[in-house]
Amino acid sequence: MCIIPAMATVHPLRSARPEPPTLHARAMDNLRYIRETMERAAAFTAVPGWGMVAMGAIALGAAPLAARQAGPRGWLAIWVGAAAAALAAGGAALRRKARAARMPLLSGPGQKFALSLAPPLAAGALLTAAIARAGLGELLPGLWLLLYGAGVVTGGTFSIRVVPVMGLCFMLAGALALCAPASWGDLFMAVGFGGLHLVFGLIIARRYSG
Amino acid sequence: MAKSNARPADRPTKPRAEAPGGRRRAGEGAPELNRLIHERMRLGIVSALAVNASLTFNELKELLKTSDGNLSVHTRKLEEAQYVACAKSFDGRIPRTEYRLTAAGRRALERYLDHMEALIRATREG
Repeated sequence: MCIIPAMATVHPLRSARPEPPTLHARAMDNLRYIRETMERAAAFTAVPGWGMVAMGAIALGAAPLAARQAGPRGWLAIWVGAAAAALAAGGAALRRKARAARMPLLSGPGQKFALSLAPPLAAGALLTAAIARAGLGELLPGLWLLLYGAGVVTGGTFSIRVVPVMGLCFMLAGALALCAPASWGDLFMAVGFGGLHLVFGLIIARRYSG
Repeated sequence: MAKSNARPADRPTKPRAEAPGGRRRAGEGAPELNRLIHERMRLGIVSALAVNASLTFNELKELLKTSDGNLSVHTRKLEEAQYVACAKSFDGRIPRTEYRLTAAGRRALERYLDHMEALIRATREG
């Protein structure tokens, strides 16, 4: 049945007709889509997968060398050297990927990632010196894995989902290393810094263009 | 489907009557929905370019999980509206097509975001 009003109705300046709930849901969905696309696109150029593969290969090469060292000084020198080489390789890969994408080296998510990763790494460096001086070198593999993982988890919040997952795996490896016998330290270093970097690096390189 | 009439980037001092983005009707305070970037694929292209200085055709294709033909159609519409700029070059022997968001495109996206937020606010208040 149709009811025709006898008199003209007064229209408010703003339409009083409520928006259908689907419109609200669609607007929310559009905003979510924009945010997710921006996140994916921003992460697209930030994390160098091949750089992580190189870092993993360096760690795998360093592990047998470190295991052969008789004293803690030689062992520490091998791993500090490997860390410096891995950082250089990762940095070079990051620079290459940024250049290929014609992006500033440290802009947006890349800068956030670096700033989030730096404090745990700096804490790790300071603790390494203190722990080595105290003669507690057997704690270092667990500590390094744990702190590196913490940095990757925090930095990874600005990146693709696989990055914080990798950080959590590092943290788990670190926790296990702290509980395991000291003689397993190099094995955990090889599995953690070698294996995890290789596996996650390959995933990132294949899915996120290098 | 929105008309893909080419027009220069918006002029901030002059209100636009029939711009592809942020079109206004006479006497209406809020901008109309920008149909050009409301389409899901074009919204994805504009959003991706908003957080990158530029992206290649292949990067956009991989990011948005779409086909060459589909991406071409939608990037062309955005180019015609001057929301994105396209630069073609060669990387060795491989042709490279690169897109970047123009100032007009960025403004259109900002207006679209404002529109969506206003819509959500209005439905919550209502």
